[in-house]
Amino acid sequence: MAFEIIETCVNCYACEPLCPNQAIYQASPHFLINPDKCTECIGDYMDAQCTSICPIEGAILDDLGNPVNPIGSLTGIPMELLAQYQTALDATYQAALDAKTA
Amino acid sequence: MDLPVLNASATAETGGGCDSHSCGSSDDQLGHLPEHIRAKVHNHPCYSEQAHHYFARMHVAVAPACNIQCHYCNRKYDCSNESRPGVVSEVLTPDQAVKKVMAVAANIPQMTVLGIAGPGDPLANPERTFATFRELSEKAPDIKLCVSTNGLSLPESVEELSKHNIDHVTITINCVDPDVGAKIYPWIFWNNKRIMGREGAAILIEQQQKGLEMLTARGILVKVNSVMIPGVNDEHLVEVSKVVKSKGAFLHNVMPLIAEPEHGTFYGLMGQPGPTHEDLQKLQDACAGDMNMMRHCRQCRADAVGLLGEDRGQEFTMDKIEDMEIDYPAAMVKRAEVHAQIARELEIKDQARAAKAELVAIQGQKKDGPKTRPVLMAVATKGGGVINEHFGHASEFLIYEASEFGVRFIGHRKTIPYCEGGDTCGDGESALDVTIRELSGCEVVLCSKVGYEPWGPLEAAGMQPNGEHAMEPIEDAVLAVYAEMGAAGKLDAKPELQQKAA
Repeated sequence: MAFEIIETCVNCYACEPLCPNQAIYQASPHFLINPDKCTECIGDYMDAQCTSICPIEGAILDDLGNPVNPIGSLTGIPMELLAQYQTALDATYQAALDAKTA
Repeated sequence: MDLPVLNASATAETGGGCDSHSCGSSDDQLGHLPEHIRAKVHNHPCYSEQAHHYFARMHVAVAPACNIQCHYCNRKYDCSNESRPGVVSEVLTPDQAVKKVMAVAANIPQMTVLGIAGPGDPLANPERTFATFRELSEKAPDIKLCVSTNGLSLPESVEELSKHNIDHVTITINCVDPDVGAKIYPWIFWNNKRIMGREGAAILIEQQQKGLEMLTARGILVKVNSVMIPGVNDEHLVEVSKVVKSKGAFLHNVMPLIAEPEHGTFYGLMGQPGPTHEDLQKLQDACAGDMNMMRHCRQCRADAVGLLGEDRGQEFTMDKIEDMEIDYPAAMVKRAEVHAQIARELEIKDQARAAKAELVAIQGQKKDGPKTRPVLMAVATKGGGVINEHFGHASEFLIYEASEFGVRFIGHRKTIPYCEGGDTCGDGESALDVTIRELSGCEVVLCSKVGYEPWGPLEAAGMQPNGEHAMEPIEDAVLAVYAEMGAAGKLDAKPELQQKAA
């Protein structure tokens, strides 16, 4: 039973200091969770900490591989709208990534 | 009537086209503040309209984490080509940040202020933020430190803030009503929980107000930033202005919402429009009866470097400063000289201004003259308070309003430079269209030089290009052009304007 951070993570550091098990660590290209240490905060907190502060929908998966914060759950942006603009957003995101790696 | 134009102690009674405290060709919005506060802000570009022509600031992006979500922010798309808050190109460690600050301070001696503004919330990253402040206050004691926050963690940070001699704090307060807040903040992270909607907004508002009171009780200067979101908090911000003033905030900065679909923000994708230039000015004027308004904010990035309106961040990326050898004690000497030079320059200007103020005050005694209508003028400048930028090179214009009451600074408008140099002017046409659209409402465009090609289209759009006042102080030039317009009979008040001015 452990969470997993995936590539949509933006490296904002918010989760790292909150983890009661120090399971989260900085890595390249994004933060990672040590599955051996992660307890999903059971016994420490009512709500898992990393998934309660993470601002990026879909960036953390549960042990079944499902996003803990699905698309639309945090921002309230309707899925149709996101889909409609997805190409433009992908381009922006790619440009940002390219700028960083350049 | 007390002439507000050049009067440092202008009060709210002054009506007409100029009912703000910030009014005045001579003084900036801080004119009426007590001396000890003026001393604290006289060289702070984000707090003093006058200072922003001379002094530079920088932000270091050491604080990536955030504890709330705002509908105008999206942390996913940090693009180096965008100039808006919340955006950075590289997050720095405190050590890297200190190195960068000292490199910039040595190379741009006019840089007086270091702010930590994100890209997340500085107080949601207390270790990184305070480590940076601690080291800087030791190594570069001639740099002012300030911080910008959403306020959620402010009360618990006040003690630590006051330890580091930070005497400027900016809080972004968009509302004092949780029902309004629920439309701006989808969630906050509070006491180890994500709290959604109205409940979260209510906690945020409570913390912001508590933090504001704690800071002002300690004599720390607080500026309040508000994002104007039409239909959401626009009318409400008048109330916000009153409330924060009553709790001791000394400056209110109402900024326009930035929302484009390609930013991927809630407001951007939902098609929430930002305010027009006119609506923003109207709201700023409405708040101005109660509060000093800041009108020169450029909504800069969390890693901006340079004078407001310019960003020299690319000259100071980590790989570039890695090789720089900085002799800070030597740099401090040079910096002190440059600051003294600017201070002398400002003093001379103040004296000239005071002399002129008297003259205008005498002339102002006879108020039977015909009413003249206010005129907006756009000014191209690269700093120093003078008209010293070519029309084609300006990436922004400052907007001034001249009226029978004098001249006042209204704000700025960003654009695309008409030509980046001699060679590219041929296809500069669409950039010109952007400039003409952005400068709507302005009747005069003052710049150090303007080419033949844009001249015609500007005139056709009702904007008179004017390159005759190159290198002159902005306010003098605006007043001179206004007087010329008056002499040419171009200022006869239209009935509706007369009504407004009455």
